[in-house]
Amino acid sequence: METETKAKSIPTSHLLIIISSGILFGLGLSLSEMVNPSRVLGFLNVLGTWDPTLLFVMAGALSVTIPGFQYAKLIKKPFLAINFSMPAKSDLDRDLIVGAVIFGIGWGLAGICPGPALVALNVFEINIVVFILAMFGGMFVYNRLQKF
Amino acid sequence: MANFSFLSAFSGGIIIGFAALLMFLGLGRITEISSIAGGLLKPFDEQFSWRLIFILSIVVGGAVYPLLWGREIVVDVNAPWFIYPIAGLLVGFGTRMGSGCTSGHGICGVARFSTRSLVATMTFILSAMVTHGLYSAISG
Repeated sequence: METETKAKSIPTSHLLIIISSGILFGLGLSLSEMVNPSRVLGFLNVLGTWDPTLLFVMAGALSVTIPGFQYAKLIKKPFLAINFSMPAKSDLDRDLIVGAVIFGIGWGLAGICPGPALVALNVFEINIVVFILAMFGGMFVYNRLQKF
Repeated sequence: MANFSFLSAFSGGIIIGFAALLMFLGLGRITEISSIAGGLLKPFDEQFSWRLIFILSIVVGGAVYPLLWGREIVVDVNAPWFIYPIAGLLVGFGTRMGSGCTSGHGICGVARFSTRSLVATMTFILSAMVTHGLYSAISG
């Protein structure tokens, strides 16, 4: 099902897309200030002084992705790969809800989610490094539990 | 200042949207940061290299931002130190269990009109708002 047969031989065109997409992602998170946890916490602070910044970021992103992803439904395959790698699950299940609640608790405590955490590495802040190490720890624990 | 901030927020969002669209229309991949990062725990997986390159490129994006826009990245981490390991654990565990984070569910999934992603996005935003409210009430 994988679009690439061997990771060792990533075509240059694919590399260009992966690198430019990653850099654009980092730039967008920086420009929108989503890299700053206090911006995110300001959005979550609905009972106090509310900061709608995150809503504008979502609106900007969705204004591009909604038409783009809907257009993707019209074409049979992506421009440079054999098929669209779609998520296997389509039904609502307990893991989706419980997982989203747990993620929300962590996100609400620190105001940091995975993408912004990576961009925030640029400021050399120990709390960010600890967050990322713990995040990988949490993923590791989940993977281990899956094996039982 | 406030208007300027909302304009950069919207423009930043557009750039993020383009990044996700590039991956999907070009390579057919959903930009799901938590799952791409999580894949780095499997160094022998054939998909390891592109995942690593993508994750490093995100960090590089943050590094070149000040050079392009002439503004520094601000990261306020004002919570007590012990909050960050706890939050990191919950974010890592929860995003894997719920198969997605803000990027995969919120930006890509919602754009595909996926019911799972719509429900997940509303759930983690609500959960985060309640958590932040409770935390603020307790910590004063």
